[in-house]
Amino acid sequence: MAVRKNQADLTAAEKRRLVDALLQLKRDGRYDAFVRTHNSFIMSDTDSGDRVGHRSPSFLPWHRRFLIEFEQALQSVDPAVTVPYWDWTVDRTPRASLWAADFLGGTGRARDGQVMDGPFAHGAGGWPLNARVDGRTYLRRALGASVAQLPTRAEVDGVLAMTTYDMAPWNSASDGFRNHLEGWRGVNLHNRVHVWVGGNMATGASPNDPVFWLHHAFVDRLWARWQALHPGSPYLPAAGTRDVVDLHDTMRPWNDVTPADLLDHTRYYTYDPAA
Amino acid sequence: MPRPFAPPTRRQVIGVTAGALAGIGLAGTAHAATAAAHTTASPSRTTNDAPHDAPAAFDEVFQGRRIQGLPGAGHHAHHGGGYTVRVDGDELHVMRNADGTWISVVNHYEPSPTPLALARAAVLELQGADLVPLT
Repeated sequence: MAVRKNQADLTAAEKRRLVDALLQLKRDGRYDAFVRTHNSFIMSDTDSGDRVGHRSPSFLPWHRRFLIEFEQALQSVDPAVTVPYWDWTVDRTPRASLWAADFLGGTGRARDGQVMDGPFAHGAGGWPLNARVDGRTYLRRALGASVAQLPTRAEVDGVLAMTTYDMAPWNSASDGFRNHLEGWRGVNLHNRVHVWVGGNMATGASPNDPVFWLHHAFVDRLWARWQALHPGSPYLPAAGTRDVVDLHDTMRPWNDVTPADLLDHTRYYTYDPAA
Repeated sequence: MPRPFAPPTRRQVIGVTAGALAGIGLAGTAHAATAAAHTTASPSRTTNDAPHDAPAAFDEVFQGRRIQGLPGAGHHAHHGGGYTVRVDGDELHVMRNADGTWISVVNHYEPSPTPLALARAAVLELQGADLVPLT
């Protein structure tokens, strides 16, 4: 059973093994397939039409399944590796160890946003961006440039206090926990973090930056925390909703898994109880 | 001449470039007239796809790049976007949110109030790079 840890608690050896597994998935082409899948859902999920991966109730179970698949790919390279999470309410500056050269590398340089240090810098040779929306083949970031502050613990707590999972119209205009966590409404949690990182993370091809997985692992953990706080609040909608994944509907692209199958993350992994 | 890389906030960058925009106002007006004529000449493109409150067309040069917006579905038609934005002739994938704001594939998590603001934000994000269809 995978145990997901806070990235701040990883040992040097754990960081190195995760980085090596990421570089191997990149080399063998499997990494870029995840980027393409994400971008295709980003472009096709619409507020007024069919929506699965984003701006809809299934945002959380879809990304949970997406991360499980990615974690299994990492484990096919190194069975000891799991996806860590980045608690951006705590590690909230570009000086956090997350961005050190022995892990993800830092922000981009002023001229072109190019990340210049760490294992994913273009100059290191192991991280070409192949699935992309513009001509630039190098990883880019602009930490804190487009929005000054990452969400605070108090802002997260305000969203976790919401008792209803999601509400009609089940899209970016919804009230309720899911859309406030996703960030289209209210204080803006998940979306704001993509914008704070900047560069590739601000685009539909955001998984080009490995921090995508650490960000979404924390979003996933917040869903688990919300469930613990509101044990009587179910996933919604329950059934019969047009263009939306109901509790027992299967989700694309897997077509063999439903939100109901994914509500209990402990079937697949646990979070480090020490964290 | 490198384009400014988002020092320290995108909002400030847009503020700086507003002056530069005024300097190319004449060129922008000429392009806008062309775009309006084009819209009139091909009404069939707008009738089926564009919402009744679709934003107006635009055509201007922003930070040295031509940005165009036109009601009507684009070539790729990934969904019923109802509005096409191009940067130097290449289609920028855009989407309208339920509240009327807009996002694009290069600024996906940060809504802009109009397609024009979205196109300008894309130019800043691209820093001179060309859009490519996802490969």
